[in-house]
Amino acid sequence: MGSQFDFSAVVSGDYGKLFVIGVQYTFVLFGLSWVVSMSVGTILAVLSLSRTKVLRWLVAVFVAYHRNVPLLVQLMLWYFAIPRTLPTSVTSVINSWRPEVAYAVIALSLCCGAYIAEDIRSGLRAIPRTQFEASRSIGFSRFQSMRWVILPQAFRLSLPSLINDTLDLFKSTSIAAVIGVGELTYQMRLIENETFRIYEVFIVVSAIYFSVTIPFMILAAAASRHAALYRK
Amino acid sequence: MLTIVQDHWSFLLWGQFPDGPIGGLALTIVIAVMSLAITFPFAVCIALARTSGLPMLHWLSTGYVYVVRGLPILTFLLWLYFLLPLLLPFSITPFWTLLAAIVIYQSAYLSEVIRAGIEGLPPGQTEAARSLGMSWFIVTRKVVLPQALYDVLPGILNQFTIIIKESSLGSVIALNELTFQAAQVDSFLVTKSLSIYCLIALVYFMICFSLSYLVKNLENRIANKRGATLTGPDNFGFA
Repeated sequence: MGSQFDFSAVVSGDYGKLFVIGVQYTFVLFGLSWVVSMSVGTILAVLSLSRTKVLRWLVAVFVAYHRNVPLLVQLMLWYFAIPRTLPTSVTSVINSWRPEVAYAVIALSLCCGAYIAEDIRSGLRAIPRTQFEASRSIGFSRFQSMRWVILPQAFRLSLPSLINDTLDLFKSTSIAAVIGVGELTYQMRLIENETFRIYEVFIVVSAIYFSVTIPFMILAAAASRHAALYRK
Repeated sequence: MLTIVQDHWSFLLWGQFPDGPIGGLALTIVIAVMSLAITFPFAVCIALARTSGLPMLHWLSTGYVYVVRGLPILTFLLWLYFLLPLLLPFSITPFWTLLAAIVIYQSAYLSEVIRAGIEGLPPGQTEAARSLGMSWFIVTRKVVLPQALYDVLPGILNQFTIIIKESSLGSVIALNELTFQAAQVDSFLVTKSLSIYCLIALVYFMICFSLSYLVKNLENRIANKRGATLTGPDNFGFA
């Protein structure tokens, strides 16, 4: 570190472009995984209320696996191991796109989906059974009462933990760097390796992460204050 | 999978330990236990600072927690990995880099857990102790912390499982813990990826799942005990 701070060296020209690519990948990973994990989480949470014991047990196993194995190991399993068991017709489709991004999205959204399922399930459990009975008695089908009466309330109750898990998902996208997805942390390592400007690179990367995570944290704090008021 | 266990169990369990550095699952456990032991006092201090009511301490500790929670641990770990050799006059091993990253990172998370315990105590506890003439220090040491830490024991154990999972990131900086050893075995055997990764997933699962199970039992026991003592008088007529 003989020289002084020089941000222009890392944010202009080719390195600047790498940062832009990194941000794009991070947001693609985050956006896709978030949509998939919310759907997976909601479906799993509803299934965990099912009357079929096997179904409940399967959901429990799914959630337990994803909560108790490191995300890095899950990611490696998806990227290094599972493609070898898939038929070539499937893998060639995935490989024609960007396999590392595809597997990262799968791993991230299944893992985060398990957490979201737990959030929504605890919200569902807080809804009194009478809500369901009342909506059934005014003529809603089981699906309709879930869709229009129970789930909206459950989402509202679990909002603080949903925001927190969304934040965790955003941060977890960095782990995809390990399997070579060119997201922000990956580009950070790349640019650092070429310029040796540790401080500048880290400050730029942190600023980008903070610009997303700090608003989320403030939102989560506000939501949990609101939920605490709502419960009283 | 069984032949892999037969051939490589000692490598996965403790690396080349008697002849070389300790590694594998043993190293994962060592990292997790040491991280929690070093993190704990820091986390208690940060939690106390956040609940102290002194503006300066409150803002400093809140800022610390927000900054740490705002960054992915992998980004942070990689940065430390590049930075520490520049700052320190002596060379530092990946082991200490990972330990530093986990301690800095988890002290923020663990402090949130402990803070929840402190804020969850009925205010009457502190008020009663203060009215007996105890100083802030005595109140904290004799009244607040013993109860708060007991209440959040499940949360602390829960952080321990998270630390075990986070220690897998050591493989990124070439620290020979369980995940790294598994990747080594994988590249050595070439065609057995599925078995080897399923194997370590199973190992992590068994450790973390049994800990989570313990946490759940502990939670119930503490809730029963505290529920009886704390909310007893209010429950007359309903129980």
